[in-house]
Amino acid sequence: MSIFVFAENSEGIFKKSALEAVSYASEIAGSNSCTAISIGEVSDEQLNALANAGASQVIVYNESGLNQFNAESYAKLIAGTVQQNGGSVLVYSNTYSGKALAPRTAALLKASIASGVISYPDTSNGFLVKRSVYSGKAFAMVNLPGAIKVLAITPNSFNLKSTGATLNKVSGTASYDSSEVKTKSIEVSKASGKIALTEAELVVSGGRGMKGPENWHLIEDLADTLGAATACSKPVSDIHWRPHSEHVGQTGITIKPNLYIAVGISGAIQHLAGVSSSKVIVAINKDPEAPFFKAADYGIVGDAFEVLPKITEAAKALKAK
Amino acid sequence: MKVLVCISNVPDTTTKVTFVDNNTKFNTQGVQFIINPYDELALTKALELTEKSGGTVTVINVGLADSEPSIRKALAIGAHDAVRINAEPTDAMFVASQIAAYAANENYDLILTGRESIDYNGGMVGGILAGLLGMPCVNVITSIEIDGGVATLERDIDGGKEKVSCPLPFVASAQKELTEPRIPNMRGIMAARTKPLKVVDAITAETGSMTVSFELPPAKGACKMIPVEQAADLIRLLHEEAKVI
Repeated sequence: MSIFVFAENSEGIFKKSALEAVSYASEIAGSNSCTAISIGEVSDEQLNALANAGASQVIVYNESGLNQFNAESYAKLIAGTVQQNGGSVLVYSNTYSGKALAPRTAALLKASIASGVISYPDTSNGFLVKRSVYSGKAFAMVNLPGAIKVLAITPNSFNLKSTGATLNKVSGTASYDSSEVKTKSIEVSKASGKIALTEAELVVSGGRGMKGPENWHLIEDLADTLGAATACSKPVSDIHWRPHSEHVGQTGITIKPNLYIAVGISGAIQHLAGVSSSKVIVAINKDPEAPFFKAADYGIVGDAFEVLPKITEAAKALKAK
Repeated sequence: MKVLVCISNVPDTTTKVTFVDNNTKFNTQGVQFIINPYDELALTKALELTEKSGGTVTVINVGLADSEPSIRKALAIGAHDAVRINAEPTDAMFVASQIAAYAANENYDLILTGRESIDYNGGMVGGILAGLLGMPCVNVITSIEIDGGVATLERDIDGGKEKVSCPLPFVASAQKELTEPRIPNMRGIMAARTKPLKVVDAITAETGSMTVSFELPPAKGACKMIPVEQAADLIRLLHEEAKVI
């Protein structure tokens, strides 16, 4: 098996999700080659991080014209690279970019594809991977029979490797016809200093129990202290207390942080679907009958306005140590 | 403008998920099926676009006869006609191949899908479809405006938003903010009964993946309750016991 992995950079930096994907690819490669593909200008120091995560080779397309993500050109380069080198497995992180590239390269490569993958493949009888389905309410074991398999792995599901290996860098030779690239990026706006919810390891989330957007500083104070991202329930985004991009749940974002703190959220089945894979769940609700307590690891029955300042203060004290 | 909207027939969001046949099949007993919520947003946006500048909206579904109530609902919401490709929607590659085969000769200006279905959660059909048709795909869009054959779209990216332009035709997938769903009115429901719903045979297409079995998440252990007066103790437990902070 020859394993390939796309390592996405964000302004020249490989984020944890990219290193997770490389570590995953390296794990399934075993003693076989694990080739990372990097597109856009990235320093050797950053590329070294890919080697350290387990890439035995890094194929680079180190061109400034490719710094801005473009699904059409990127998919051509990635699929071309895999084809030229006889790759059998292509790994992505299931980020928004991964979600754009994985299906497109699968179509180009006529590959079997699975997204939202949360296990290493079981190759004892076929090529089986576990993926989450029904928005986190269940898991499916899926067999990928194709000669080439494309996997998009769920962020924050796999350990990072640190092999200490040194960089083996090669320039890529796949190409694309720029006249065929139709989508053009006009503007990119990123919330500066904010932690992206989809990649956050810690999340503090508020529901209608917060009573109004003017009280969100209590959520934000705790989140800032912990270095967490903020999220909200569906009703909260529906009544525009918080932006839609913060809505977690079945029809919002499905997340899998190490810690999910739900404040003033009752825990309806649709909400739980989006957060139930979190490693540790804390529910804070003044209603002792709130369904969230059945899905949580730690619970506090109490008023959010009383509880939040106390735990924020304790978190500050812990961080100060 | 000719718009195609791909819709999926999925269990209602309140469904308690269980499986039958030795955990190999979803238990449809007592389950209400709906149009996938993201697909419904795609449909509503398609209607808004064609109401503004003229055109038709066709909905397409890959499914068996049991998905027809959802297709009729899409017609009641306002789609002009519908196509059902008569096959079990086994996986994203199969579904996208079916839609691509149908759309290849229809010259659609725009093909919209939902960001992902709330049952399979692949989020792959739009991207594969675009790849098969040789069209661009703009995924997770939160706005779209079309002027003179060129669209300006906003899409979610990790940690922010990107504004892109793309000439028609292309595929785009709807994210939540795109628009608000419409509730069909009585006239729409009446009209939907007589709107054309064409049933098309499936082509022979490879299935890219096969679901072998399902499992439910392991049950959570008991929740450790912390008295409200000792709320601050939560932080110590998260640090020392759970080791997550």
